[in-house]
Amino acid sequence: MIPPKITYDAVIRVRDLVNQFGTFRVHDKLDLDVLRGEILGVVGGSGTGKSVLMRAIVGLRAPQGGTIELLDHNMSNLTEDNKADINQDVGILFQDGALFSSMTVAQNVMAPLREHLKISNELAEEIAALKISLAGLDLSAATKYPSELSGGMRKRAALARALALDPQILFLDEPTAGLDPIGAAKFDQLILGLRDTLGLTVFMITHDLDSLYTDCDRVAVLAEKQVIAVGPINEVRQADHPWIQEYFSGPRGRAALSSSGDQHVKEEARI
Amino acid sequence: MSLASFETSKQGESALRLVARGAWTLDNGLAAIDARLRRFGAQSLDQSLDVDVSEIEAMDTAGAMMLQRVMRACGGRVDEQKPLRGFSGLSPRFSQLLEQASEHIAPCEVEPPRRQSFVLMLERLGRGTSKSGGEALSILSFVGAVVARIGRTITRPKKFRFTPLVHHMEEAGLDATLIVGLMSFLIGAVVAFMGAKVLGDFGAEVFSIDLVGISVLREFGVLITAILIAGRSGSAFTAQIGSMKLREEIDAMRVMGIDPLDALVVPRVLALMFTLPVLAFLAAFLGLVGGGVVGWLALDIPPTLFMGRTQEVVLIQNLMVGLIKAPFFAFVIGIVGCYHGMMVENSAEDLGRRTTMAVVQSLFLVMIVNALFAMFFLELNI
Repeated sequence: MIPPKITYDAVIRVRDLVNQFGTFRVHDKLDLDVLRGEILGVVGGSGTGKSVLMRAIVGLRAPQGGTIELLDHNMSNLTEDNKADINQDVGILFQDGALFSSMTVAQNVMAPLREHLKISNELAEEIAALKISLAGLDLSAATKYPSELSGGMRKRAALARALALDPQILFLDEPTAGLDPIGAAKFDQLILGLRDTLGLTVFMITHDLDSLYTDCDRVAVLAEKQVIAVGPINEVRQADHPWIQEYFSGPRGRAALSSSGDQHVKEEARI
Repeated sequence: MSLASFETSKQGESALRLVARGAWTLDNGLAAIDARLRRFGAQSLDQSLDVDVSEIEAMDTAGAMMLQRVMRACGGRVDEQKPLRGFSGLSPRFSQLLEQASEHIAPCEVEPPRRQSFVLMLERLGRGTSKSGGEALSILSFVGAVVARIGRTITRPKKFRFTPLVHHMEEAGLDATLIVGLMSFLIGAVVAFMGAKVLGDFGAEVFSIDLVGISVLREFGVLITAILIAGRSGSAFTAQIGSMKLREEIDAMRVMGIDPLDALVVPRVLALMFTLPVLAFLAAFLGLVGGGVVGWLALDIPPTLFMGRTQEVVLIQNLMVGLIKAPFFAFVIGIVGCYHGMMVENSAEDLGRRTTMAVVQSLFLVMIVNALFAMFFLELNI
């Protein structure tokens, strides 16, 4: 069978991906596309390899099989230099921020700028200030060290660093985990706003049903070593798979749905 | 895409026009024109500026920020309501970026504020002094707490944790035998060789046997062991306990009613105190062997002579003096290692700093204790 010609603009294209730890297979012939400008939510139970998938896509882990194309480059046959070039178009927010602990927040944001560009101190500082402010962090936090920040502030600082080089694709690993509901909701809005103004493509691993409903254009469900469903959340929710049913129709799923429903109703009323 | 560039021209009395061209993105030479743009902004204060962006091919946040900055420098117009005033030729995407840049443009500090170097030096001196005083007190109180815990363990031996004790004895003691033995063998060999070389000039080569016996038994054996264990186990204690502290495992213990001193510190300190004398004995023995082998192979002192002479002149007191110091050294190393582990706070960087400090401090204290012992034995004429 001839595969259908791809007519849409996929910035990440994963085909037949195999990831294996010893004899334990995490992914078996997994396929996934991420389209330009969308926010894709990746969900799945613990141990289904969401983080492994992300690490494979950005090249932190060599998969045992299959191909990964990131911005039209095949990640498996790239030299280290090419990989570094592509990584400038990719920003990653790790789960606990992964900020460099010996640097202040501003220095953290400036680190990728200094590494990749010949740039004056003044300009680097101005850009850092802009990114810190964009990430919704007060500028007084710029001189603080990561250990002096709260969990939510650390995430925002890490987001500022991820945005430092104006990436095309932003990877988020559970961005709202460990945040209070108000902080999480603000973070969701921030991601939405950044996507719209900066034209980002966002790959978001999350367990947070509220973020799925507010942020994500499409949702990919990982189970049984593959992506078992992908599409807009209202379609995925209908899928006939026990895990999906349990996930979306459990008490939390229903609560998130009803609150997002309220929002839509309110928005419609305003219009 | 062509490189970022711009052109300025005068428009009448106090009006300027800036035409931006190329791709205003960081990877397209934006940093190269930054200085020129900055100069232009500084030169044209209080003049109105029109910026034409219609010829820009691409823009990123840094480009938008620089355009907004030059707009503010000229005429200092900061109108929160109309962030796009003065720009022409906008596409929707550029307007969005420029609006966003206008909203978030702000100067900010990068490092915590610094003071003048002399004041800074004085401040560092003062801080350092008060900190080391505080640290000394805090170690002393830690010593007290651990001794009290050990005392309680002796009166109530049922609560003592034997498994970790044995585990640490194996890790700090048994696993270190090879390296300790090899090191002291080599030290003994070197002492014998150097001694024979110097004493040979006086025709007193045979006295190198006395030299090896006394120095290795009294000092080198136990010191080499202490130094190795401080580097090997003291730092490991800091790292183990420190990483537990960082992951809040120690807090979890406290909440469960387990005393971290009982569970972590006492077994480690006791394990070192039990094993270090044994290692020191091994080191002393292998130091003698090293001296004997060198004497036999390189200096023509037959083993029978070596053994006979050693038995004759090297008194048992020398070995005892060496071994009696071992548990004290072990106590110092264990306490300092565990103390720094318990003091780790906040970050992995602190853990690394504390680990280094633990090794340096325990070595320093071991040397001080050794000097005190030397004076003590001198008074006793041993």
